Amino acid sequence: MVTPEPAHEQAPAHHVTPLPIYFGVFFALMIFTVLTVWISTVNLGVLNTPVALGIAVVKATLVILFFMHVIHSTRLTWVVIVGSFLWLGVLFVLTFADYLTRAWAIY
Amino acid sequence: MTAIPTTDEHHPHHPFLQHHFEDLGQQHEASTLGMWMFLTTEILFFGGMFCAYAVYRMLYEPAWVEGAHHQNLLLGTINTIVLIGSSLTMALAVRASQLGRRMLTVWLLIATLILGSVFLGIKGVEYHAHFEEGLFPGTHFTYQSPLAPKVELFMLFYFGMTGLHALHMVIGAGLLLYFIWRAWRADFGPEYYGPVEVMGLYWHFVDIVWIFLFPLLYLIGRHH
Repeated sequence: MVTPEPAHEQAPAHHVTPLPIYFGVFFALMIFTVLTVWISTVNLGVLNTPVALGIAVVKATLVILFFMHVIHSTRLTWVVIVGSFLWLGVLFVLTFADYLTRAWAIY
Repeated sequence: MTAIPTTDEHHPHHPFLQHHFEDLGQQHEASTLGMWMFLTTEILFFGGMFCAYAVYRMLYEPAWVEGAHHQNLLLGTINTIVLIGSSLTMALAVRASQLGRRMLTVWLLIATLILGSVFLGIKGVEYHAHFEEGLFPGTHFTYQSPLAPKVELFMLFYFGMTGLHALHMVIGAGLLLYFIWRAWRADFGPEYYGPVEVMGLYWHFVDIVWIFLFPLLYLIGRHH
């Protein structure tokens, strides 16, 4: 058959990720795990928590893109994933728009 | 079933192709998308707890630091490595099923199950230590400190979040048993591996929750 199939039908179902990518991602996740444990003992002042969360976000992104194959997923899947994190952002932003602006509380 | 005529004789009906899908590619796409829709609800489910955690940590930071110092950093780090290792074997199991390598798929799924069980076992050891220290919230909370009531709140978040995470692991372990059986039965191959992929999405999601729980529960105020 020479008729090209629509790109969304077969491509995602037949992409086999090469082994070096899986092992490379695993190695990177190990490095970041050791890094986050080590850096938690270094006094970065107010930056300790943002750095720890930043490392966690990088690790989660690696898992989502490569282990969960999102890098080869359809745009519709991307919309669902990005949408879910947007709603998570709404949850945090609106909650803290309240708690961070309570002038009578001592932080 | 037999009453439905097959219009395309060049593509015999795959035994696992549901009749409402055009082909296995569409079925695969629909099932991964459906799993992501479910994971969206999971992200917001755990997100609610992370948000509540953040509010009370902001209010009671010193008690959070004190509570985190009662966590076993060594066991927590080992568990992080074990769980990420189980994600690797899970990802490799999906790959093996894509390539139609039946017994490799079975063994990688068994490895994932073993690593997941090791994680739960270590978690059990940690929980036991917390009980011994009187850190379990409620009537058994005997921990003494000026910040005790707020440390109790931290431990409530700790048990709530790691407990729900562990529950997801137990469900995942049960699903793995089912998938080990199906892989052994040679259900999966290059044309049909969607269920293994979806199982993987669930397992990796649970891994991601732990990737955030670990720094937030174990690594607070370590530099003091």
